[in-house]
This record gives sequence, C-alpha cells and structure tokens, in this order.
Amino acid sequence: MATMKFMCDAERCIECNGCVTACKNANEVEWGIQRRRVVTLNDGEPTEVSISVACMHCDDAPCIAVCPTETLFKRDDGIVLHDKDLCIGCGYCLYACPFGAPQFPGTEAFGERGKMDKCTFCAGGPADSKEEEYEKYGANRIDEGKLPLCAEMCSTKALIAGDAQTVADIFRQRVVQRGHEDGAWSSTQRVGPQTSMDHLAFDATRQE
Amino acid sequence: MHTHNACLALGRRLTLLLLLVTSLLLAGQALAQGADTEGELATAVPPVDAEIWRQVKSGENFIDTRHDSTYNLVNPSGETWRQIRNRWVSPFGLIAVGGMAALILVFYLIVGRKDLQEPRSGRKLLRWSTLERALHWTVATLFVVLALTGLNLLYGKFVFNPLFGDAVWAAMMSGTKLLHNYLGPIFGILLIVILAKFLKMNIPNKTDWEWFKKGGGMIGKEHVDAHFANGGEKAWFWLLATAGVLVIASGLVMDFPNYGQSRDTMQWANVIHSLGALALTAVSLGHIYIGTIGTEGALEGMTTGYVDETWAKEHHNLWYEEVKDQAVTPDSSPEANQNGQATQPPGTPG
Repeated sequence: MATMKFMCDAERCIECNGCVTACKNANEVEWGIQRRRVVTLNDGEPTEVSISVACMHCDDAPCIAVCPTETLFKRDDGIVLHDKDLCIGCGYCLYACPFGAPQFPGTEAFGERGKMDKCTFCAGGPADSKEEEYEKYGANRIDEGKLPLCAEMCSTKALIAGDAQTVADIFRQRVVQRGHEDGAWSSTQRVGPQTSMDHLAFDATRQE
Repeated sequence: MHTHNACLALGRRLTLLLLLVTSLLLAGQALAQGADTEGELATAVPPVDAEIWRQVKSGENFIDTRHDSTYNLVNPSGETWRQIRNRWVSPFGLIAVGGMAALILVFYLIVGRKDLQEPRSGRKLLRWSTLERALHWTVATLFVVLALTGLNLLYGKFVFNPLFGDAVWAAMMSGTKLLHNYLGPIFGILLIVILAKFLKMNIPNKTDWEWFKKGGGMIGKEHVDAHFANGGEKAWFWLLATAGVLVIASGLVMDFPNYGQSRDTMQWANVIHSLGALALTAVSLGHIYIGTIGTEGALEGMTTGYVDETWAKEHHNLWYEEVKDQAVTPDSSPEANQNGQATQPPGTPG
C-alpha cells in the first residue's frame, strides 16, 4: 500500500496562492475556512522564501492522539481524515497540530466551535452518499484516481503530492539536477541519491 | 515514463537556457561593477538552509496567507502539549483518582466506619441552613457531573467507543461536551459564592494544626478538638479556593475561544485545568467518603440541616460547647425547625 504525502519545494514556490484557491474551489469549504495556506519568511527581503502548507498527514499524527472522540483517523494509505458526525468542537486537534491544519467555523453561540475542518488530501470522508460526502468534506478526487487539486494545479510544481516514494524520487532528481548539496531541504547530512524521505525533511521539532 | 523523460529533457534544456541568460546577465553586471560573481549568485538564489529552519522555529518575520492567522509554518508547541497531556496528565489522573478510590476502599475494609461512641441523645443542633444546604448540593451535583464528563473527555474513548459503537458514542460525546462547557461557568459562579459564604468558618488556626498532627482522629477511638469546621474540612475548603479557582479560570479560557486568546495559552490552560480537576476529583472522593459512609451521623447534617448532640460533642467539641444550649428536640420541632432555619445556624461565626 502506498503512503500518500505532500511535499512543497521551497525553492520553487512563488507564493502565487494558486494551491489555496484550487483547494477552496475543489472542496467548497465553509466561509472563513482555508485548508491550505502559504507561509512566507522574510517577505520582501532578498532571502524571501515561501512554502505552501496544509495537513501533512503525519505518520504519528498528534491530532489523532489527542482527539477525545476518535473523530480523526488514518486510512491505510496514510491519509488522515475526520468524521464530522463525531466531532464535538473541543479544539484539542487545533492545540496539538504543528501545522495549524484543523480549523473551526466560529459560528455557534457563546463562541462555541463548530465541527472541525481540515485538508482531506482530496479524499472526502465518511458519509452515506456521494452528495453528503461532498457537502461535508468536499471532493473525493482520490476515489476518482486523481491527486489533490492544489498539487495538480501548482504552476511551478513546487507542491507535489502522491505516493511518498514517487514524491521522494521526483524531489531527489531535482536536488541532483540543481547541482549543489544543499539543493533544497538542508540538513547536516549531505543530500544525495541515497537519501531517503526522512533525510529530506528537516525535523523542526527536534531539540538542538 | 517517456513523458517523464521528455519533461526532464525539456527541463534540462530550460535550465541550460536559464543558466545561459543568468550568466550573461551576471557577466554584464560583473563587467559593469567589477563585483565577484560568486557572491552575486549566493545572494540571488537564497538556499533553504538550516538558517531558514531556525527561523521557522523561532517564529520571526513570517506572514501567512490565511486570514487572521498567527500560525508559522511549524508550531512545535503542539507536539509538546500532546506529550504532556498523553504521557503525564492522563496517567496522573488514573493514578490519582484510581489510587484514591483504592485507598478509601482499603481504609474502609480495615478501619471501617467511624461510629458514634455514645448513644444519640435525640436532641439536635442546627448545623447547616437551608441556603447553605441548597448551595452545597447544587455545587456538589455540578461537581459530580463535571467530573464525570471531564473523565469521559479524557478516558472515554478507551472504554465507551468500543463498547457502544459510533452512533451512541457520538451522541454521548456531544452531550458530554455540552454539559461540561455550559455547566462549567455555572459551577464557577456558584463555587465563588459558596467559598465566600463559608470563608469565615474556614480561617485556619492552631487547633487545626493539632488536628492534623493527630490525623484528625480518623483511626481509633480518639476524638480531636475541632471548632465548627475541623482541619480536614478547612483543607478541602482551601483546596477548592486555590486549585478550584485555577480550574475555573483555566476552564473559562478554553470554554470561550472567541476572545482571541492564543493557541499556546489554551494549551497551558488545558494542562492546568486537567491536572487541577483530576486532583480535586481524587480528593473529592475522600470528602464524599467521610461525609457519607465513613462517619456515622455526618450526612444527616447536610441533608436535614441538623446533627445529633452526641455527634457534635464527638466531632466538633469546641463548637458544641458554644451552641449546646440551643439544642432542640425533634418532636417539638416543626416550629423550632422553622425558627432555626430562618436564622443563621448558631455555630456560624458572624
């Protein structure tokens, strides 16, 4: 079974926000919810760099670990989905997620949170019918054999999605062709043809 | 694969072209300014290096396209909170609440109920007024509901989800959350009221120190000096006045997320809230035990408002000395009761 992953090549992202718009359009998410976002560091300076980020469908997802109702679950292909019938809006997933993926429409009385919404890797979620699924979670493109629309529509192909191994292969090739050892995701180790997925992503939670 | 290769070939050509253009430009610049091309290249194409990731961690100088967002690319405090909650708070709660329950059971089996040593005199003393009893039972009911729903939020998924299945579980959890979030503030207000009401009788003094040194006379036949409230009751009062107030404050921080408090604030509020509430739940078991099956004649004080003279003499001797002349006989009580309840309980200072 493949493991689905997103990866954003920071050296290619031009902060066009096409992924954000594509996601909104594919999933018709509620007003105020934006499943994908683009973070830019040092905006307007020579060192400016942008990265598109949404739910990273973590292997060891903190949201699943802390959810009191088991709203969040992981499919066999690694996609982390949520069941809106179970969500009580406690916000624990929001506390736990390092990527700011879970969002809540703040529309209920006394500021009570509504049902959580987050990126589904365009894989919908649990529902009785296709219509209900689209209504609750947006598109299920995976079911149709397609990849998430954000990645499909990325103009510079900075954002790539798919089986982790394929994503890693594409990225590795890019790094090799860029021709310098810190081609993209830097680490203390030399990035080269033998690099596995683990070495490509810098672990920002790591204590130094 | 063919298209892939074609793409790559095209990519290579494009890269070459780009390089050519760039080098021409750079060469032009180099000629014009006499600057070193190496240095130009280094600043023209900023690498995503360790420095960038340090910046991501530090949370400095970033913007996010999401409306009103304060989220950086990676926010590691979430993982820290998860570890604290799942590795420390959860087991702590089980040990505290479960341990206390086990301790009380063992105590009850070995030592047993604290019986009255003298026979009941039949004459009663007013201990808790109607208002005080109403307050106590309202706060107590809310406390129990909040404790059970809180425990369900922390541990329910390991027990009830496998037991009941998703449909019942979903209804149960949304009920749990509604009860917890809406009764919480009411409990908070009433706890402040009851703390204010009982404050005067709970000021610690030297008698309490002696009481604690003798273990409150819980074991054996000995009875320790105590005024209206003994050391244990005062300890429970002050635990509620400190940990209880902290639990309420931190609960409100999480209950009303519409005031713009940050995610980090809510993470800490959650840790304080759950640690405090679990500790209070554990200690409340002791309070409930002593007030019900643990002590003969204690519960009737909080249900009827009156305690037997013998109970007062044995458990609160200093208070008894003050109010013994106000004892009433229940047979002639309808009038006496009404009179008694209309005024302050005789033992309440002030």
